[in-house]
Amino acid sequence: MNYLNSHFLSSWQMSLVFILVFFVQISFANEAIPVAEDPILEKRLIELSENLRCLVCQNESLAGSRADFANDLRREIREQMKANKSDEEIIDFLVARYGDFVLYNPPFKPTTILLWLGPILLFLGAILALVLYLRRRRSLVFEEPQQLSESQQLEAETLIRKIEKE
Amino acid sequence: MMRFLLPLAVFIVLVVFLGIGLTLNPRQVPSPLIDKPAPVFELQQLHDPSKTLASQDNMGKVWMLNVWASWCVACRDEHPLLVQLAKLGIVPIYGLNYKDERSTAIQWLKQYGDPYAVSIIDADGKVGIDYGVYGVPETYVIDKKGIIRYKHIGPVTVKSLEDKILPLIKELQG
Repeated sequence: MNYLNSHFLSSWQMSLVFILVFFVQISFANEAIPVAEDPILEKRLIELSENLRCLVCQNESLAGSRADFANDLRREIREQMKANKSDEEIIDFLVARYGDFVLYNPPFKPTTILLWLGPILLFLGAILALVLYLRRRRSLVFEEPQQLSESQQLEAETLIRKIEKE
Repeated sequence: MMRFLLPLAVFIVLVVFLGIGLTLNPRQVPSPLIDKPAPVFELQQLHDPSKTLASQDNMGKVWMLNVWASWCVACRDEHPLLVQLAKLGIVPIYGLNYKDERSTAIQWLKQYGDPYAVSIIDADGKVGIDYGVYGVPETYVIDKKGIIRYKHIGPVTVKSLEDKILPLIKELQG
């Protein structure tokens, strides 16, 4: 049977196609990563490294990055966890080497004040600007409406007529 | 008048900030190790693994630690400069061969020249982590007391050598 010329496939042919497509996709998928020896430790590792920045690919977390560097650091963290280090100790270890930059949650200190308070300042500034603007607008709205002069009246009417024509 | 001046002022401030932002390199993360003691290591030497080199062996002299690897393309950029610097004999350069294959590393040095007083093997990158290495090449200047005084991220350039590294080394050797 020539599949190219037949417009309709019978239902069993369709299911064959589906099965083929399905298997092709499976064969393209990645090899399964070996299950960690210690799922509890691995969960802790992921939770911790989600809040750490991968320095090579800076918009990725240490948990999500596939960079070699992230792999190394994850291995290091895993080893320290096995050695019963607390999360704080591990974070201190990394900050001592890579600086606050590894933390997605930077500490509150003099150099980061603008970072922490900046959004609040911007928000307050925007509120202030809004209040000032609304006040000014209200005073404008409540002013006596100005009477148009005769020539202005004429000009307005011609403009309106012009718009209506279009 | 205020109607235009205020947005203009805001715009100019924004442009200035964005302009400054453009000149910064987000890949250059300031190292917290500056002015701190260099992390201690004792590693096998590349050319003779039966011998080791410890960081304390360099106490009392100013030295440079250059992190390199044969797989690192940017290392090739800076390498001729390092070879030249080594010839001048101003400062000993030690090579930290980072996550590399020993035989390819030796071959690489044969091909491009060997500026290093000694190269040491950091096969699994552990010492690299201690030094806060996240991109190769990186270069450290360490003083007589074993304190890290400067870190250069990325390939060393003529400009960085002349402006920063060499004057600093002269001052430290002083």
